Amino acid sequence: MPIVLIVAEQQPDGNLRKASLNAITAGKQLADKAGAELHIAILGKDPAKVAEELKGTGAKAVHVGAAAELEHYLAETYAPALAALATELKADFVGMASTAQGKDLMPRLAARLKAAMATDITGLGGSGADIIFHRPMWAGNVFAEVKLNTPVKVFTVRATEFTAAAGGQGAAEVKTFAPKIEASKTKFVEFKEVKSARPELTEARVVISGGRGTKGDFKEIEALADDLGAAVGASRAVCDAGWVPNDLQVGQTGKVVAPALYIAAGISGAIQHLAGMKSSKTIVAINKDAEAPIFQVADYGIVADLFKVLPELRSELQKLK
Amino acid sequence: MKILVTAKRVEDPESKIKVKPDGSGIVQEGLKYKINPFDEIGVEEGLRLVAKHQGEVVVVSIGGKEVQEQLRHALAMGAHRAVWVNHTGPLDQLGIAGLLQKVAEKEKPDLVVLGKQSIDDDQNQVGQYLAEFLGWGQATFASKVESLESAEEKNKEPAVKLTADKKAVQVVREVDNGLATVECQLPAVVTTDLRLNQPRYASLPGIMKAKSKPIEELTPAGLGVDVAPKIQVLKLASPPARKAGIKVPDVATLVDKLRNEAKVV
Repeated sequence: MPIVLIVAEQQPDGNLRKASLNAITAGKQLADKAGAELHIAILGKDPAKVAEELKGTGAKAVHVGAAAELEHYLAETYAPALAALATELKADFVGMASTAQGKDLMPRLAARLKAAMATDITGLGGSGADIIFHRPMWAGNVFAEVKLNTPVKVFTVRATEFTAAAGGQGAAEVKTFAPKIEASKTKFVEFKEVKSARPELTEARVVISGGRGTKGDFKEIEALADDLGAAVGASRAVCDAGWVPNDLQVGQTGKVVAPALYIAAGISGAIQHLAGMKSSKTIVAINKDAEAPIFQVADYGIVADLFKVLPELRSELQKLK
Repeated sequence: MKILVTAKRVEDPESKIKVKPDGSGIVQEGLKYKINPFDEIGVEEGLRLVAKHQGEVVVVSIGGKEVQEQLRHALAMGAHRAVWVNHTGPLDQLGIAGLLQKVAEKEKPDLVVLGKQSIDDDQNQVGQYLAEFLGWGQATFASKVESLESAEEKNKEPAVKLTADKKAVQVVREVDNGLATVECQLPAVVTTDLRLNQPRYASLPGIMKAKSKPIEELTPAGLGVDVAPKIQVLKLASPPARKAGIKVPDVATLVDKLRNEAKVV
């Protein structure tokens, strides 16, 4: 039986990266179409706790590879370990969420497996041996249907396009394996976490983003975000100017979000930004410029100054409580 | 230091991309072309590194003779010479990485710098494939924390730091929830993220000088690389258009719509 291997990710704090659950759902859809079995792999210094969490997500087996050398993620140590596992399992497909780690690791692994790869898949088609991957190109202005003509096929998953796999779906067999360790020419130096009390952008139900129109003043955006339990995002221009941290950037080259409600305040709506938020369920645009392209994708637009609209919006929403 | 930098030819990021009615490709008419913006950031980083440590920036591009435009652009920015891999027809990431591997083996650079992704296919793969093919270390999504307005940016310091023994580079990488720093032994592969630097404009003297800089021509056959694509693009389509929204006159109406129509608050 063909095998789909999904690589789960442990965060530096030891917890499971939630996007892995979305990748598992994509893996399950792929397994159904390909008539394959779903397996999960997790690597790290001590991934046992994460493996426990993955047990009930509907896979046939969870493969746990623990080694001291895998404490800090590096493509050069993770790729050989995963390649050896994939080869041993005779995996036909290997996939992972399109996180920073997924995007760094999967192409290196694919190169090792002499496999072609599809990045950021948003859907699947075909069946049996003829699986078709759907993926965005040109900043999401084009969607391609792609076939990979190598024995092993590698992919990363755009998490926002697949629901997160829930627990309680049986208990996978947990198998430990000794990861193949190779010397690395790269060494880990440090990781500086950017901590936020607000929800993660790609997981939040509501996202409020600010653009150039904020002139760097995010106070009103943050206040509304805190009222709504929302995440704060930003356009590229705002991050480039150093007004907010880089990891708040929503766009083609930043984070791709798809919340139930996206509020764009003072954002003109460049192609770059639209690529990162167009899949949001409901979009609200607030901009002084009635001609701003953001109004072409917004469900509701208000042509006005965000510094006037946001406080009003806060007090109107307070009334509902 | 010898630095090999890629310069892919891509559609201008500001262009409106339209899919042909039969889904076989995009409409080429009226499109303008540029160097991939991430590669341009790579050229800038290469130039800063050699300004600080001496050396040479060699720029490479793969494609028909039109890619000489992008090579000339990089030469006008200050790159020293160029390598053109003359190839027309389809090419995938495996083929591109295979060709770049041969060019790197020939040029023996200390560092290969590539954009983290091309803004046309958005695959984000070639640098990592190349590092594995060469057996080198990789530092993808090279970034730096400081604002582009910072004093450091004004001094045009490279963000990729050569270690004191000059045998490795330290690179700050943009990852989920933070910044990771890695140290890669040379030779290594670095891919650039958006905020690594602000590429310089090509000056008029630079543009004049670029005309006389050498462009070496190579071919896939000459390099011994089979570039037959393994990734087959079956069909292209435009994303489903969002239905036109409405403009609301005031905040009260907006809240009413969000509550009763969209049911999101």
